[in-house]
Amino acid sequence: MRYMLMHKLDDSNAALWQATPEDFAAVGAYMEEVSKAGVLLAAEGLLPSSGGAAVITKKDGQTTVVDGPFAEAKEVIGGFAILQVRDQAEAVEWATRFAALFNHDIEVEVRRVAEFE
Amino acid sequence: MSTGTDAKSAVEAVWRIEAARVIAGVARLVGDVGLAEELAQDALVAALEQWPSEGVPRNPGAWLTTTAKRRAIDTIRRRQVLQRHLPALAVDEHTDASEFDAVLEQDPIEDDLLRLIFTACHPVLKPEARVALTLRMLGGLSTDEIARAFLVPDATVGQRISRAKKSLADAKVPFELPTGPARAERLSSVLEVIYLIFNEGYSATAGDDWMRPALCEEAMRLGRILAGLMPAEAEVHGLIALLEIQASRSAARCGPDGEPVMLLEQDRRRWDRLLVGRGLAALARAEELGGGTYTLQAAIAACHARARTAEETDWARIAELYARLAALAPSPIVELNRAVAVSMADGPEAGLAVLDPLLEEPSLRGYHLLPSVRGDFLFRLGRHAEARAEFERAAAMTRNERERTLLLTRAEACV
Repeated sequence: MRYMLMHKLDDSNAALWQATPEDFAAVGAYMEEVSKAGVLLAAEGLLPSSGGAAVITKKDGQTTVVDGPFAEAKEVIGGFAILQVRDQAEAVEWATRFAALFNHDIEVEVRRVAEFE
Repeated sequence: MSTGTDAKSAVEAVWRIEAARVIAGVARLVGDVGLAEELAQDALVAALEQWPSEGVPRNPGAWLTTTAKRRAIDTIRRRQVLQRHLPALAVDEHTDASEFDAVLEQDPIEDDLLRLIFTACHPVLKPEARVALTLRMLGGLSTDEIARAFLVPDATVGQRISRAKKSLADAKVPFELPTGPARAERLSSVLEVIYLIFNEGYSATAGDDWMRPALCEEAMRLGRILAGLMPAEAEVHGLIALLEIQASRSAARCGPDGEPVMLLEQDRRRWDRLLVGRGLAALARAEELGGGTYTLQAAIAACHARARTAEETDWARIAELYARLAALAPSPIVELNRAVAVSMADGPEAGLAVLDPLLEEPSLRGYHLLPSVRGDFLFRLGRHAEARAEFERAAAMTRNERERTLLLTRAEACV
Protein backbone atom coordinates (compact mmCIF):
# COMPACT_ATOMS: atom_id res chain seq x y z
CA MET A 1 0.00 0.00 0.00
CA ARG A 2 1.01 3.57 -0.51
CA TYR A 3 0.96 6.55 1.78
CA MET A 4 1.65 10.16 1.02
CA LEU A 5 3.60 12.14 3.58
CA MET A 6 3.07 15.89 3.35
CA HIS A 7 4.81 18.35 5.56
CA LYS A 8 3.30 21.72 6.22
CA LEU A 9 4.98 25.03 6.92
CA ASP A 10 3.86 28.55 7.70
CA ASP A 11 3.69 30.20 4.26
CA SER A 12 4.47 33.65 5.64
CA ASN A 13 7.56 32.64 7.64
CA ALA A 14 10.31 33.05 5.03
CA ALA A 15 12.99 31.68 7.34
CA LEU A 16 11.32 28.24 7.36
CA TRP A 17 11.60 28.00 3.57
CA GLN A 18 15.29 28.80 3.41
CA ALA A 19 16.89 25.50 4.25
CA THR A 20 20.16 25.77 6.14
CA PRO A 21 23.10 23.62 5.04
CA GLU A 22 22.32 21.45 8.08
CA ASP A 23 18.71 21.04 6.88
CA PHE A 24 19.92 20.13 3.40
CA ALA A 25 22.28 17.52 4.77
CA ALA A 26 19.67 16.07 7.13
CA VAL A 27 16.96 15.87 4.46
CA GLY A 28 19.47 14.44 1.98
CA ALA A 29 20.44 11.71 4.43
CA TYR A 30 16.77 11.01 5.14
CA MET A 31 15.93 10.70 1.45
CA GLU A 32 18.85 8.33 1.01
CA GLU A 33 17.58 6.27 3.93
CA VAL A 34 14.02 5.91 2.56
CA SER A 35 15.41 5.18 -0.87
CA LYS A 36 17.80 2.50 0.37
CA ALA A 37 15.02 0.99 2.48
CA GLY A 38 13.23 0.37 -0.82
CA VAL A 39 10.11 2.30 0.14
CA LEU A 40 10.49 5.59 -1.74
CA LEU A 41 8.34 5.88 -4.85
CA ALA A 42 8.35 9.64 -5.42
CA ALA A 43 9.08 12.88 -3.59
CA GLU A 44 9.16 16.60 -4.32
CA GLY A 45 9.74 19.78 -2.38
CA LEU A 46 7.49 22.77 -2.97
CA LEU A 47 8.17 26.50 -2.93
CA PRO A 48 6.20 28.89 -0.72
CA SER A 49 3.27 30.61 -2.44
CA SER A 50 5.54 33.56 -3.30
CA GLY A 51 7.46 31.20 -5.60
CA GLY A 52 4.49 30.55 -7.86
CA ALA A 53 1.02 29.53 -6.75
CA ALA A 54 -2.65 29.97 -7.51
CA VAL A 55 -5.94 28.84 -6.04
CA ILE A 56 -8.78 27.95 -8.33
CA THR A 57 -12.21 27.98 -6.75
CA LYS A 58 -15.47 26.95 -8.29
CA LYS A 59 -18.49 28.10 -6.37
CA ASP A 60 -22.11 28.30 -7.50
CA GLY A 61 -20.97 27.61 -11.05
CA GLN A 62 -18.49 30.50 -10.99
CA THR A 63 -14.78 29.77 -11.35
CA THR A 64 -12.28 32.21 -9.85
CA VAL A 65 -8.51 32.12 -10.00
CA VAL A 66 -6.49 33.87 -7.31
CA ASP A 67 -2.77 34.03 -7.95
CA GLY A 68 -0.19 33.78 -5.18
CA PRO A 69 1.46 34.86 -3.05
CA PHE A 70 -1.33 34.27 -0.56
CA ALA A 71 -2.05 37.35 1.53
CA GLU A 72 -3.25 35.67 4.69
CA ALA A 73 -0.78 33.69 6.75
CA LYS A 74 -1.49 29.99 6.62
CA GLU A 75 0.06 26.55 6.69
CA VAL A 76 0.78 25.23 3.22
CA ILE A 77 2.31 22.01 1.93
CA GLY A 78 6.09 22.27 1.85
CA GLY A 79 6.75 18.97 0.14
CA PHE A 80 5.56 15.43 -0.21
CA ALA A 81 6.78 11.87 -0.52
CA ILE A 82 4.92 8.78 -1.69
CA LEU A 83 6.08 5.66 0.14
CA GLN A 84 5.26 2.02 -0.42
CA VAL A 85 4.81 0.61 3.07
CA ARG A 86 3.23 -2.41 4.70
CA ASP A 87 0.83 -0.52 6.92
CA GLN A 88 0.00 2.86 8.38
CA ALA A 89 2.27 2.34 11.38
CA GLU A 90 5.24 2.15 9.04
CA ALA A 91 4.21 5.35 7.27
CA VAL A 92 3.81 7.05 10.66
CA GLU A 93 7.29 5.88 11.68
CA TRP A 94 8.86 7.36 8.54
CA ALA A 95 6.91 10.60 9.03
CA THR A 96 8.03 10.79 12.66
CA ARG A 97 11.64 10.39 11.56
CA PHE A 98 11.17 13.19 9.02
CA ALA A 99 9.72 15.58 11.61
CA ALA A 100 12.64 14.80 13.93
CA LEU A 101 15.09 16.26 11.39
CA PHE A 102 14.13 19.85 12.12
CA ASN A 103 14.56 22.23 15.03
CA HIS A 104 11.55 24.32 14.06
CA ASP A 105 7.86 23.47 14.38
CA ILE A 106 6.57 21.23 11.62
CA GLU A 107 3.44 19.24 10.88
CA VAL A 108 3.55 16.08 8.78
CA GLU A 109 0.31 14.67 7.50
CA VAL A 110 0.13 11.00 6.52
CA ARG A 111 -2.56 9.93 4.06
CA ARG A 112 -3.31 6.64 2.33
CA VAL A 113 -3.06 6.86 -1.45
CA ALA A 114 -6.07 5.54 -3.37
CA GLU A 115 -5.12 2.63 -5.62
CA PHE A 116 -7.15 0.56 -8.05
CA GLU A 117 -8.77 -2.61 -6.63
CA MET B 1 4.13 8.88 24.22
CA SER B 2 2.02 6.23 22.59
CA THR B 3 0.78 3.28 24.59
CA GLY B 4 -0.94 -0.11 24.21
CA THR B 5 -1.69 -1.30 20.69
CA ASP B 6 -0.27 1.92 19.25
CA ALA B 7 3.07 1.19 20.83
CA LYS B 8 2.94 -2.42 19.66
CA SER B 9 2.32 -1.42 16.06
CA ALA B 10 5.03 1.23 16.37
CA VAL B 11 7.47 -1.46 17.54
CA GLU B 12 6.46 -3.66 14.63
CA ALA B 13 6.90 -0.79 12.18
CA VAL B 14 10.39 -0.11 13.50
CA TRP B 15 11.13 -3.80 13.22
CA ARG B 16 10.05 -3.90 9.59
CA ILE B 17 12.35 -1.01 8.80
CA GLU B 18 15.31 -2.11 10.91
CA ALA B 19 15.20 -5.94 11.05
CA ALA B 20 17.60 -6.57 8.19
CA ARG B 21 20.17 -4.06 9.44
CA VAL B 22 19.96 -5.36 13.01
CA ILE B 23 20.37 -8.98 11.89
CA ALA B 24 23.18 -8.08 9.46
CA GLY B 25 25.09 -6.15 12.12
CA VAL B 26 24.82 -8.98 14.63
CA ALA B 27 25.65 -11.60 11.99
CA ARG B 28 29.04 -10.01 11.44
CA LEU B 29 29.65 -10.21 15.18
CA VAL B 30 28.66 -13.86 15.54
CA GLY B 31 29.36 -15.10 12.00
CA ASP B 32 26.12 -17.08 11.91
CA VAL B 33 22.96 -15.64 10.38
CA GLY B 34 20.70 -18.13 12.16
CA LEU B 35 22.01 -17.15 15.56
CA ALA B 36 21.99 -13.48 14.55
CA GLU B 37 18.33 -13.70 13.60
CA GLU B 38 17.45 -15.29 16.94
CA LEU B 39 19.33 -12.61 18.87
CA ALA B 40 17.61 -9.90 16.86
CA GLN B 41 14.26 -11.54 17.60
CA ASP B 42 15.17 -11.46 21.29
CA ALA B 43 15.76 -7.73 20.97
CA LEU B 44 12.36 -7.37 19.33
CA VAL B 45 10.72 -9.26 22.21
CA ALA B 46 12.50 -6.96 24.67
CA ALA B 47 11.22 -3.94 22.73
CA LEU B 48 7.67 -5.28 22.77
CA GLU B 49 7.96 -5.67 26.55
CA GLN B 50 9.61 -2.35 27.32
CA TRP B 51 8.45 0.24 24.79
CA PRO B 52 4.72 0.11 25.54
CA SER B 53 5.40 1.06 29.17
CA GLU B 54 8.62 3.04 28.90
CA GLY B 55 7.93 4.68 25.57
CA VAL B 56 9.56 4.27 22.18
CA PRO B 57 13.20 5.36 22.39
CA ARG B 58 14.36 8.35 20.37
CA ASN B 59 16.44 6.19 18.06
CA PRO B 60 14.59 2.86 18.05
CA GLY B 61 16.77 1.24 15.39
CA ALA B 62 19.93 1.88 17.39
CA TRP B 63 18.21 0.57 20.51
CA LEU B 64 17.37 -2.72 18.76
CA THR B 65 20.87 -3.08 17.35
CA THR B 66 22.53 -2.33 20.67
CA THR B 67 20.27 -4.72 22.54
CA ALA B 68 20.84 -7.50 20.01
CA LYS B 69 24.60 -6.89 20.03
CA ARG B 70 24.72 -7.00 23.84
CA ARG B 71 22.97 -10.34 23.72
CA ALA B 72 25.39 -11.46 21.04
CA ILE B 73 28.31 -10.55 23.25
CA ASP B 74 26.74 -12.40 26.18
CA THR B 75 26.26 -15.42 23.96
CA ILE B 76 29.81 -15.27 22.68
CA ARG B 77 31.10 -15.02 26.25
CA ARG B 78 29.01 -17.96 27.29
CA ARG B 79 30.40 -19.98 24.48
CA GLN B 80 33.88 -18.81 25.41
CA VAL B 81 34.86 -18.37 21.83
CA LEU B 82 35.27 -14.64 21.99
CA GLN B 83 39.03 -14.75 21.68
CA ARG B 84 38.78 -16.75 18.50
CA HIS B 85 36.30 -14.32 16.97
CA LEU B 86 37.99 -11.10 18.01
CA PRO B 87 41.57 -11.90 18.88
CA ALA B 88 42.68 -8.27 18.76
CA LEU B 89 40.29 -7.15 21.42
CA ALA B 90 41.24 -7.38 25.07
CA VAL B 91 38.03 -8.33 26.76
CA ASP B 92 37.30 -7.87 30.42
CA GLU B 93 34.14 -8.02 32.43
CA HIS B 94 33.32 -4.39 31.64
CA THR B 95 33.41 -4.67 27.87
CA ASP B 96 30.24 -3.21 26.44
CA ALA B 97 28.68 -2.98 23.02
CA SER B 98 30.28 0.35 22.22
CA GLU B 99 33.74 -1.17 22.26
CA PHE B 100 32.57 -3.76 19.82
CA ASP B 101 31.14 -1.01 17.67
CA ALA B 102 34.56 0.57 17.52
CA VAL B 103 36.05 -2.68 16.28
CA LEU B 104 33.37 -2.99 13.65
CA GLU B 105 33.26 0.55 12.41
CA GLN B 106 35.71 0.11 9.57
CA ASP B 107 33.17 -1.91 7.61
CA PRO B 108 29.93 -0.17 6.65
CA ILE B 109 26.55 -1.71 7.44
CA GLU B 110 25.76 -1.76 3.69
CA ASP B 111 28.27 -4.56 3.18
CA ASP B 112 26.71 -6.52 6.04
CA LEU B 113 23.27 -6.16 4.47
CA LEU B 114 24.63 -7.42 1.19
CA ARG B 115 26.29 -10.35 2.95
CA LEU B 116 22.96 -11.12 4.59
CA ILE B 117 21.12 -11.13 1.24
CA PHE B 118 23.72 -13.37 -0.39
CA THR B 119 23.67 -15.75 2.57
CA ALA B 120 19.86 -15.99 2.71
CA CYS B 121 19.81 -16.73 -1.03
CA HIS B 122 22.70 -19.20 -0.90
CA PRO B 123 22.44 -21.96 -3.55
CA VAL B 124 23.04 -24.59 -0.84
CA LEU B 125 19.39 -23.95 0.12
CA LYS B 126 16.32 -25.06 -1.79
CA PRO B 127 14.44 -22.24 -3.52
CA GLU B 128 11.52 -22.29 -1.06
CA ALA B 129 13.97 -22.10 1.85
CA ARG B 130 15.76 -19.14 0.26
CA VAL B 131 12.44 -17.39 -0.23
CA ALA B 132 11.31 -17.94 3.37
CA LEU B 133 14.66 -16.93 4.84
CA THR B 134 14.85 -13.81 2.67
CA LEU B 135 11.36 -12.66 3.61
CA ARG B 136 12.07 -13.35 7.26
CA MET B 137 15.53 -11.77 7.51
CA LEU B 138 15.45 -9.05 4.84
CA GLY B 139 11.75 -8.30 4.79
CA GLY B 140 11.14 -8.55 8.53
CA LEU B 141 8.08 -10.74 7.94
CA SER B 142 6.85 -13.07 10.67
CA THR B 143 6.52 -16.81 10.15
CA ASP B 144 2.75 -16.37 10.22
CA GLU B 145 2.83 -13.71 7.49
CA ILE B 146 5.03 -15.88 5.26
CA ALA B 147 2.73 -18.87 5.84
CA ARG B 148 -0.36 -16.87 4.89
CA ALA B 149 1.36 -15.53 1.78
CA PHE B 150 2.31 -18.99 0.56
CA LEU B 151 -0.88 -20.77 1.66
CA VAL B 152 1.00 -23.25 3.85
CA PRO B 153 0.71 -23.96 7.59
CA ASP B 154 2.76 -21.88 10.05
CA ALA B 155 4.64 -24.97 11.16
CA THR B 156 5.80 -25.67 7.61
CA VAL B 157 7.37 -22.22 7.31
CA GLY B 158 8.86 -22.49 10.79
CA GLN B 159 10.49 -25.80 9.86
CA ARG B 160 11.64 -24.44 6.52
CA ILE B 161 13.38 -21.54 8.25
CA SER B 162 14.99 -23.58 11.01
CA ARG B 163 16.18 -26.21 8.53
CA ALA B 164 17.57 -23.48 6.29
CA LYS B 165 19.52 -21.99 9.19
CA LYS B 166 20.84 -25.44 10.07
CA SER B 167 21.83 -26.12 6.45
CA LEU B 168 23.79 -22.87 6.33
CA ALA B 169 25.54 -23.75 9.60
CA ASP B 170 26.21 -27.36 8.50
CA ALA B 171 27.61 -26.23 5.16
CA LYS B 172 29.74 -23.68 7.08
CA VAL B 173 28.58 -20.94 4.73
CA PRO B 174 30.73 -17.96 5.70
CA PHE B 175 29.16 -14.53 6.27
CA GLU B 176 31.04 -13.12 3.30
CA LEU B 177 30.50 -11.52 -0.06
CA PRO B 178 31.10 -13.90 -2.95
CA THR B 179 33.98 -12.93 -5.22
CA GLY B 180 35.31 -14.06 -8.57
CA PRO B 181 33.23 -16.30 -10.83
CA ALA B 182 30.97 -17.30 -7.92
CA ARG B 183 29.72 -13.74 -7.64
CA ALA B 184 27.65 -13.73 -10.85
CA GLU B 185 26.16 -17.11 -10.03
CA ARG B 186 25.27 -16.03 -6.49
CA LEU B 187 23.76 -12.76 -7.72
CA SER B 188 21.58 -14.65 -10.16
CA SER B 189 20.34 -16.75 -7.23
CA VAL B 190 19.42 -13.54 -5.34
CA LEU B 191 17.57 -12.13 -8.36
CA GLU B 192 15.79 -15.46 -8.85
CA VAL B 193 14.56 -15.41 -5.23
CA ILE B 194 13.18 -11.89 -5.65
CA TYR B 195 11.45 -12.87 -8.89
CA LEU B 196 9.99 -16.00 -7.26
CA ILE B 197 8.54 -13.87 -4.46
CA PHE B 198 7.06 -11.47 -6.99
CA ASN B 199 5.51 -14.20 -9.11
CA GLU B 200 3.95 -15.85 -6.07
CA GLY B 201 2.22 -12.56 -5.33
CA TYR B 202 1.34 -11.97 -8.97
CA SER B 203 -0.39 -15.34 -9.20
CA ALA B 204 -2.69 -14.49 -6.28
CA THR B 205 -6.37 -14.51 -7.15
CA ALA B 206 -9.36 -12.61 -5.83
CA GLY B 207 -10.35 -13.71 -2.34
CA ASP B 208 -6.83 -14.74 -1.36
CA ASP B 209 -5.36 -13.45 1.89
CA TRP B 210 -4.06 -9.90 1.36
CA MET B 211 -0.56 -11.11 2.25
CA ARG B 212 -0.37 -12.88 -1.12
CA PRO B 213 -0.62 -9.89 -3.46
CA ALA B 214 1.49 -7.97 -0.91
CA LEU B 215 4.37 -10.26 -1.93
CA CYS B 216 4.68 -8.24 -5.14
CA GLU B 217 5.39 -5.14 -3.07
CA GLU B 218 7.82 -7.09 -0.87
CA ALA B 219 9.71 -8.23 -3.97
CA MET B 220 9.90 -4.69 -5.36
CA ARG B 221 11.09 -3.42 -2.00
CA LEU B 222 13.81 -6.10 -1.85
CA GLY B 223 14.82 -5.27 -5.40
CA ARG B 224 15.16 -1.59 -4.57
CA ILE B 225 17.19 -2.38 -1.45
CA LEU B 226 19.49 -4.50 -3.61
CA ALA B 227 19.78 -1.72 -6.19
CA GLY B 228 20.84 0.67 -3.42
CA LEU B 229 23.55 -1.78 -2.39
CA MET B 230 24.69 -2.75 -5.90
CA PRO B 231 23.97 0.29 -8.08
CA ALA B 232 26.39 -0.80 -10.82
CA GLU B 233 24.68 -4.15 -11.51
CA ALA B 234 22.64 -3.89 -14.70
CA GLU B 235 20.46 -6.90 -14.03
CA VAL B 236 19.37 -5.63 -10.61
CA HIS B 237 17.89 -2.58 -12.32
CA GLY B 238 16.61 -4.81 -15.11
CA LEU B 239 14.74 -6.98 -12.62
CA ILE B 240 13.25 -3.95 -10.85
CA ALA B 241 12.12 -2.57 -14.20
CA LEU B 242 10.49 -5.88 -15.05
CA LEU B 243 8.72 -6.09 -11.68
CA GLU B 244 7.53 -2.48 -11.70
CA ILE B 245 6.20 -2.63 -15.24
CA GLN B 246 4.47 -5.96 -14.60
CA ALA B 247 3.03 -4.68 -11.31
CA SER B 248 1.76 -1.55 -13.07
CA ARG B 249 -0.82 -3.76 -14.80
CA SER B 250 -2.14 -5.41 -11.61
CA ALA B 251 -5.44 -3.55 -11.56
CA ALA B 252 -6.11 -4.10 -15.27
CA ARG B 253 -5.43 -7.81 -15.50
CA CYS B 254 -8.69 -8.97 -13.92
CA GLY B 255 -12.21 -8.24 -15.06
CA PRO B 256 -15.11 -7.37 -12.72
CA ASP B 257 -15.78 -11.06 -12.02
CA GLY B 258 -12.13 -11.90 -11.44
CA GLU B 259 -11.69 -13.29 -14.94
CA PRO B 260 -8.23 -12.76 -16.44
CA VAL B 261 -7.94 -9.99 -19.04
CA MET B 262 -5.22 -10.52 -21.66
CA LEU B 263 -2.60 -7.82 -22.10
CA LEU B 264 -3.91 -6.48 -25.42
CA GLU B 265 -7.48 -6.28 -24.10
CA GLN B 266 -6.57 -4.44 -20.89
CA ASP B 267 -7.91 -0.98 -20.12
CA ARG B 268 -4.62 0.92 -20.19
CA ARG B 269 -6.08 3.77 -18.14
CA ARG B 270 -5.93 1.36 -15.23
CA TRP B 271 -2.19 0.85 -15.58
CA ASP B 272 -0.29 2.43 -12.72
CA ARG B 273 1.56 5.38 -14.23
CA LEU B 274 3.83 5.88 -11.23
CA LEU B 275 5.14 2.31 -11.56
CA VAL B 276 5.37 2.57 -15.35
CA GLY B 277 7.49 5.70 -15.02
CA ARG B 278 9.71 4.13 -12.38
CA GLY B 279 10.02 0.94 -14.42
CA LEU B 280 11.07 2.80 -17.56
CA ALA B 281 13.64 4.79 -15.56
CA ALA B 282 15.05 1.58 -14.05
CA LEU B 283 15.18 0.04 -17.53
CA ALA B 284 17.15 3.02 -18.85
CA ARG B 285 19.70 2.53 -16.06
CA ALA B 286 19.89 -1.21 -16.77
CA GLU B 287 20.42 -0.70 -20.51
CA GLU B 288 23.08 1.90 -19.85
CA LEU B 289 24.93 -0.63 -17.70
CA GLY B 290 24.67 -3.48 -20.23
CA GLY B 291 21.66 -5.57 -19.28
CA GLY B 292 20.90 -9.27 -19.52
CA THR B 293 17.86 -11.53 -19.59
CA TYR B 294 15.84 -9.55 -17.00
CA THR B 295 16.67 -6.33 -18.80
CA LEU B 296 15.51 -7.77 -22.13
CA GLN B 297 12.26 -9.01 -20.57
CA ALA B 298 11.78 -5.56 -19.06
CA ALA B 299 12.46 -3.97 -22.45
CA ILE B 300 9.72 -6.14 -23.95
CA ALA B 301 7.31 -5.20 -21.16
CA ALA B 302 8.27 -1.56 -21.73
CA CYS B 303 7.20 -1.76 -25.40
CA HIS B 304 3.69 -2.50 -24.17
CA ALA B 305 3.88 0.11 -21.40
CA ARG B 306 4.86 2.82 -23.91
CA ALA B 307 2.02 2.06 -26.32
CA ARG B 308 -1.03 4.21 -25.57
CA THR B 309 -3.26 1.68 -27.34
CA ALA B 310 -2.75 -1.99 -28.23
CA GLU B 311 -2.62 -0.97 -31.92
CA GLU B 312 0.36 1.30 -31.28
CA THR B 313 2.52 -1.56 -29.97
CA ASP B 314 5.95 -1.69 -31.62
CA TRP B 315 5.85 -5.40 -32.54
CA ALA B 316 8.96 -5.25 -34.72
CA ARG B 317 10.96 -4.07 -31.72
CA ILE B 318 9.38 -6.77 -29.52
CA ALA B 319 10.26 -9.45 -32.10
CA GLU B 320 13.85 -8.18 -32.18
CA LEU B 321 14.06 -8.20 -28.36
CA TYR B 322 12.74 -11.77 -28.25
CA ALA B 323 15.40 -12.75 -30.80
CA ARG B 324 18.07 -11.26 -28.53
CA LEU B 325 16.55 -13.00 -25.52
CA ALA B 326 16.50 -16.31 -27.42
CA ALA B 327 20.16 -15.85 -28.32
CA LEU B 328 21.09 -15.17 -24.68
CA ALA B 329 18.86 -17.80 -23.06
CA PRO B 330 17.38 -20.15 -25.66
CA SER B 331 13.98 -21.56 -24.73
CA PRO B 332 11.02 -22.90 -26.72
CA ILE B 333 8.66 -20.57 -24.80
CA VAL B 334 10.71 -17.53 -25.79
CA GLU B 335 10.63 -18.78 -29.39
CA LEU B 336 6.85 -19.19 -29.22
CA ASN B 337 6.53 -15.61 -27.97
CA ARG B 338 8.85 -14.46 -30.74
CA ALA B 339 6.58 -16.18 -33.28
CA VAL B 340 3.60 -14.21 -31.95
CA ALA B 341 5.55 -10.91 -32.11
CA VAL B 342 6.76 -11.70 -35.66
CA SER B 343 3.20 -12.47 -36.74
CA MET B 344 2.05 -9.12 -35.35
CA ALA B 345 4.91 -7.28 -37.06
CA ASP B 346 5.17 -9.10 -40.40
CA GLY B 347 1.98 -11.11 -40.70
CA PRO B 348 0.84 -14.66 -39.87
CA GLU B 349 2.90 -16.29 -42.65
CA ALA B 350 6.13 -15.00 -41.09
CA GLY B 351 4.88 -16.05 -37.66
CA LEU B 352 4.20 -19.56 -38.88
CA ALA B 353 7.74 -19.84 -40.23
CA VAL B 354 9.09 -19.19 -36.71
CA LEU B 355 6.48 -21.37 -35.03
CA ASP B 356 6.50 -24.55 -37.12
CA PRO B 357 9.99 -25.76 -36.12
CA LEU B 358 8.63 -25.83 -32.55
CA LEU B 359 6.19 -28.60 -33.50
CA GLU B 360 9.12 -30.99 -33.15
CA GLU B 361 10.00 -29.63 -29.70
CA PRO B 362 9.42 -32.38 -27.09
CA SER B 363 9.11 -29.95 -24.16
CA LEU B 364 6.13 -28.23 -25.82
CA ARG B 365 4.26 -31.48 -26.46
CA GLY B 366 0.92 -31.15 -24.68
CA TYR B 367 1.35 -27.38 -24.24
CA HIS B 368 -1.98 -25.90 -25.33
CA LEU B 369 -0.61 -22.51 -26.34
CA LEU B 370 1.31 -24.03 -29.26
CA PRO B 371 -1.80 -25.24 -31.19
CA SER B 372 -3.72 -22.22 -29.92
CA VAL B 373 -1.21 -19.76 -31.42
CA ARG B 374 -0.88 -21.85 -34.57
CA GLY B 375 -4.68 -21.90 -34.94
CA ASP B 376 -4.69 -18.12 -34.71
CA PHE B 377 -2.03 -17.78 -37.45
CA LEU B 378 -3.89 -20.23 -39.73
CA PHE B 379 -7.20 -18.44 -39.13
CA ARG B 380 -5.64 -15.12 -40.09
CA LEU B 381 -4.29 -16.80 -43.26
CA GLY B 382 -7.82 -17.94 -44.16
CA ARG B 383 -6.89 -21.62 -43.68
CA HIS B 384 -9.98 -22.15 -41.54
CA ALA B 385 -10.25 -25.94 -41.63
CA GLU B 386 -6.68 -26.32 -40.34
CA ALA B 387 -7.26 -23.54 -37.79
CA ARG B 388 -10.32 -25.32 -36.45
CA ALA B 389 -8.36 -28.53 -35.92
CA GLU B 390 -5.66 -26.61 -34.01
CA PHE B 391 -8.17 -24.82 -31.75
CA GLU B 392 -9.88 -28.13 -30.98
CA ARG B 393 -6.54 -29.74 -30.21
CA ALA B 394 -5.67 -26.84 -27.89
CA ALA B 395 -9.08 -27.06 -26.18
CA ALA B 396 -8.46 -30.73 -25.43
CA MET B 397 -5.10 -29.90 -23.84
CA THR B 398 -5.98 -27.04 -21.51
CA ARG B 399 -7.10 -27.70 -17.97
CA ASN B 400 -8.56 -24.22 -17.59
CA GLU B 401 -12.32 -24.29 -18.13
CA ARG B 402 -12.60 -20.66 -19.19
CA GLU B 403 -9.80 -21.08 -21.69
CA ARG B 404 -11.37 -24.25 -23.12
CA THR B 405 -14.66 -22.42 -23.71
CA LEU B 406 -12.80 -19.60 -25.45
CA LEU B 407 -10.87 -22.03 -27.69
CA LEU B 408 -14.01 -23.97 -28.63
CA THR B 409 -15.74 -20.70 -29.51
CA ARG B 410 -12.84 -19.87 -31.81
CA ALA B 411 -13.06 -23.34 -33.35
CA GLU B 412 -16.79 -22.82 -34.00
CA ALA B 413 -16.00 -19.55 -35.75
CA CYS B 414 -13.80 -21.37 -38.29
CA VAL B 415 -16.28 -21.90 -41.09
